[in-house]
Amino acid sequence: MSLENKEFKPKIVAFCCNWCSYAGADLAGSSRLSYPADVKIIRVPCSCRVNPMFILRAFEKGADGVIMCGCHPGDCHYSTGNYYARRRMTLLFSMLDYIGVENGRTRVEWVSAAEGVKFSDTMNSFVEKIYSLGENVRLGDLRCKN
Amino acid sequence: MQELINRAKELLADGTVARVLGWKAGDLPYNPEPAYFEDAESLKDFVYNGFCGANLSKYMIEASKLEGKTMVCLKPCDTYSFNQLIKEHRVDREKAYIVGVGCKGKLDIEKIKKLGIKGIESIEGAEITDEAETLKIQTIYGEKSCAYADVMLERCHVCKGKEHMVYDELIGESKDTKDAERFDEVARIEAMSPEEKFAFFQKELSKCIRCNACRNACPACSCRKCVFDSTKFDSAQKANVDSFEEKMFHIIRAFHVAGRCTDCGECSRVCPQGIPLHLFNRKFIKDIDALYGEYQAGEDTESKAPLTNFTFDDAEPSIVGKRG
Amino acid sequence: MQRIGVFVCHCGSNIAATVDVSKVAELALMEPGVVHAEDYQYMCSEAGQAKIAAAIQEKNLTGIVVCSCSPRMHEATFRKAAERAGLNPYMVEIANIREHCSWIHKDIEEATKKAVILMRAAVAKVNLNTPLQAGESRVTKRALVIGGGIAGIQTALDIADAGYEVDIVEKTPSIGGRMSQLDKTFPTLDCSACILTPKMVEAAAHEKINIYTYSEVDKVSGFVGDFTVDIRKKARSVDMDKCTGCGVCQEKCPSKKSLNEFNRGLNNRSAIYTPFAQAIPNVPVIDRDACIKFKTGKCGICSKVCQAGAIDYEQKDEIITEKYGAIVVATGFDTIKLDKYDEYAYNQSKDVITSLELERVMNAAGPTHGHLERLSDGKAPKEIVFIQCVGSRCSDDRGKPYCSKICCMYTAKHAMLIRDKYPDVNVTVFYIDVRTPGKNFDEFYRRAVEQYGVNYIKGQVGKVIPQPNGKLLVQGADLLDNKQILKEADMVVLATAIEPNPDVRKIATMLTASIDTNNFLTEAHAKLRPVESPTAGIFLSGVCQGPKDIPETVAQAGAAAVKAIGLLAKDKLLTNPCTAQADVLLCNGCSTCENVCPYGAITYEDKEVNDHGIRETRRVAVVNNALCQGCGACTVACPSGAMDLQGFSNRQIIAEVDAICR
Repeated sequence: MSLENKEFKPKIVAFCCNWCSYAGADLAGSSRLSYPADVKIIRVPCSCRVNPMFILRAFEKGADGVIMCGCHPGDCHYSTGNYYARRRMTLLFSMLDYIGVENGRTRVEWVSAAEGVKFSDTMNSFVEKIYSLGENVRLGDLRCKN
Repeated sequence: MQELINRAKELLADGTVARVLGWKAGDLPYNPEPAYFEDAESLKDFVYNGFCGANLSKYMIEASKLEGKTMVCLKPCDTYSFNQLIKEHRVDREKAYIVGVGCKGKLDIEKIKKLGIKGIESIEGAEITDEAETLKIQTIYGEKSCAYADVMLERCHVCKGKEHMVYDELIGESKDTKDAERFDEVARIEAMSPEEKFAFFQKELSKCIRCNACRNACPACSCRKCVFDSTKFDSAQKANVDSFEEKMFHIIRAFHVAGRCTDCGECSRVCPQGIPLHLFNRKFIKDIDALYGEYQAGEDTESKAPLTNFTFDDAEPSIVGKRG
Repeated sequence: MQRIGVFVCHCGSNIAATVDVSKVAELALMEPGVVHAEDYQYMCSEAGQAKIAAAIQEKNLTGIVVCSCSPRMHEATFRKAAERAGLNPYMVEIANIREHCSWIHKDIEEATKKAVILMRAAVAKVNLNTPLQAGESRVTKRALVIGGGIAGIQTALDIADAGYEVDIVEKTPSIGGRMSQLDKTFPTLDCSACILTPKMVEAAAHEKINIYTYSEVDKVSGFVGDFTVDIRKKARSVDMDKCTGCGVCQEKCPSKKSLNEFNRGLNNRSAIYTPFAQAIPNVPVIDRDACIKFKTGKCGICSKVCQAGAIDYEQKDEIITEKYGAIVVATGFDTIKLDKYDEYAYNQSKDVITSLELERVMNAAGPTHGHLERLSDGKAPKEIVFIQCVGSRCSDDRGKPYCSKICCMYTAKHAMLIRDKYPDVNVTVFYIDVRTPGKNFDEFYRRAVEQYGVNYIKGQVGKVIPQPNGKLLVQGADLLDNKQILKEADMVVLATAIEPNPDVRKIATMLTASIDTNNFLTEAHAKLRPVESPTAGIFLSGVCQGPKDIPETVAQAGAAAVKAIGLLAKDKLLTNPCTAQADVLLCNGCSTCENVCPYGAITYEDKEVNDHGIRETRRVAVVNNALCQGCGACTVACPSGAMDLQGFSNRQIIAEVDAICR
């Protein structure tokens, strides 16, 4: 078991909005604030561009955790995008929880362009959580054919 | 039923409507199907009884494109779907002459069969006008009976009410059939451990044969082209048994109708595998009610849907973990 | 099939020290569509860009991926380089292997692996890129300014001076706004009319400025550069061309019982009136609700006395439709209603007045001809109490949560003016804080205290009680001395909170400009774009955006003008090509996307479509590319997936997801 855990390298997808969180990630980089390499960032214009289908797709393709970052509520570059994203993600996460997918595998954090430290801290804690949850098998097995 | 037929004849005769959308008898006493009637003669096949569960509002999308008005029979719960379709500009209110039909709860043939009643020849007591609390069923094995309420569809036990949300005229009385709480089943699942939840849904969803009956019957699933049939998402990979669609279909379908689903229950009614699909939609409805204020899709044609709306202090997604 | 080139940057040692760049380039060649890969020390340098250009031309590349620093840094650089080499600039994708990789990871193997995955995701995306063209839209070289106060006037003057036509729409019969009601201005104490009137005259005389007074905006359609606006010119009942402004009609008008709005209702005016002597235009209007002719059909005196024959009882509202490239909102403010503040006895006693009413009382053209007197009995007051923050910084729903910003200064001004002109009058100010952050503001306030002996008490007033002897008993607290204060005053002046003009909500809705919970218009960015609305082509001037004093208003008015000029100076607008597009064959016409669009960029049209041989007319969504800013909210709201975002399409993002999870 412990050996298996050592082998486990999670796949983590992070959706970051172009204006705040992606810039926050850049700041984490230029401030040399490390977080595990398991996190791979996809740039989107706004958190409201993140379709729940993208998140389910990631899980189905083997992601162990998906995190979405956007501008703080009230600071959206497009004024209202993150408010819609917030509702969508709340409902999606609740549904995933409902079907038994561990809640810790999904997260939303609001990270501003100035919050390099928060970005790095967020990723560190999220990756740690995913390590503790281990490999995501549930969404892959949702429909057993046998 | 006769009153409905008479009224339909009148409306056809005076030119108010060009056709009637209702149900016609099937080959068995319990499988009537949606049908158009274009003249008085064809109305002889018209039926309306406890087995007419089908929600006809979705048929009005196509009927709205036809010449002239269509008389459509809508049960109280169907009118929510119709309103929702008006809101989404999918049906033309002007093209519909809505006869709100009475309803005393619709029957679930699977529940009847589960009672061991098979080889059914005829059923008495399913007529809307029948006062009887029990069904008398003639079978090849002799007469059987069961309580009407025991073989009602699940959705009728949590009926939204006997009021029609939209209509031109009403024919027939409706009955209160609600004897259970709408969200009890969802709450029961929510209380399970993640392992139990997963086991429950894995078992149910594994039955799915992807026949698309739920999608076809659902009035909210009225897209001209479903995302699962479109190349836009790289999600149409029917040949591949291990595809994205296979696993995520029901979750995505539920999400796509979230805030638009009126909880009409057609998905569960038509599922040949008996999967309680309404439990997905109802989960979203329960969450929406709890997080963003009570909202009943189809109650009106104006209000903003919960997913196209927000408040500055909406709950954060982390509430999901905190709720426990 | 695309022909993709991958360019891996060393960034000196910034990337190369942690990422095996040659390995990334080598593995790139294994990716679908990749026909060229190389690494180089500085891709952003002249030499690096030359390498990219050479590869594009030699290998006929259809798309490139640059593995380098953040796209926020050099995406524009590489797009331009690609464009110079003949490649569409939107066929460029960046894999951020510096900020998101080499700078945060220490282990070379781990960092290289991640860099390879980021490269793959970018390659997967660029495989699905399509060339995009920035669209063009025309610009009508004319601006509309809504509101004719100092903000609107200044904006109009600045735009007109730059050579563009400007129309001002003002709701009341004259331009001038709140500033015309003020007596003196802080911190210089010069007379408000003396500095405002020349500006009003200048605006009226300006050949590029056209003023519609007694007019309102009825309807707005269109978008940045190309708005169409209906302006309702309300029936003035006086012919503007014939009237000479002699004023005889007002003198002779027998109906003189209407509250004088300009004097805040402190005295009366006639039914036919100009709001104040320096009104522009100097043409009266008939208040049809008060006019005897309109009420009973009899009278008509004004018509009889008018030598010019300008009175026209038959006049009707007129709708003028005009096109504009830019719209500036300068709708200003009013003071809040004090119905919920019974404790200050505002509605019970005539001697409790608002600061704006005091402005009128102190003004020579005001109801008391500039004499400071009690409005109840005309007696000269000996003891005046000012109460600050009435309805401002309020935590309950009676008032406003914000600071009205101007009250501390105008109260100091009032106190000083009173002490100067009437040295025997005692002035006491109850305040929560004194806020004077402005040039020469604190000095001004200190002069009031030190030079003019105004008595400032830190504390709030709980109650003002009218006394049988006609005085006002003020119950307050002195928080510094921690004691209760009872003071008999002759007059009480309330520094009443200001709020945006109530009409602004209607106007904002027409303009699809967003508005906050306090009815202030929202900026495109609170810090960096303070005079622009998030809706392109709409600019904000003055208090409609937030409380401000005159110098700030004028500064912002100028800034709004510059932004408008910057727009009008363009012949064509280039639009961001990363906009949403609706696939007409998939669109349900359900209006869901329209509901989430913050820019009003989505409309619905009945379009003839040919869906695999079926021809029919369908209601489908149409995105206005000039308005769409590319947020993507609609793409997710759309249930059928008909809405997609160019440059960030569903398939592109899914390809990235797949590449990362591979």
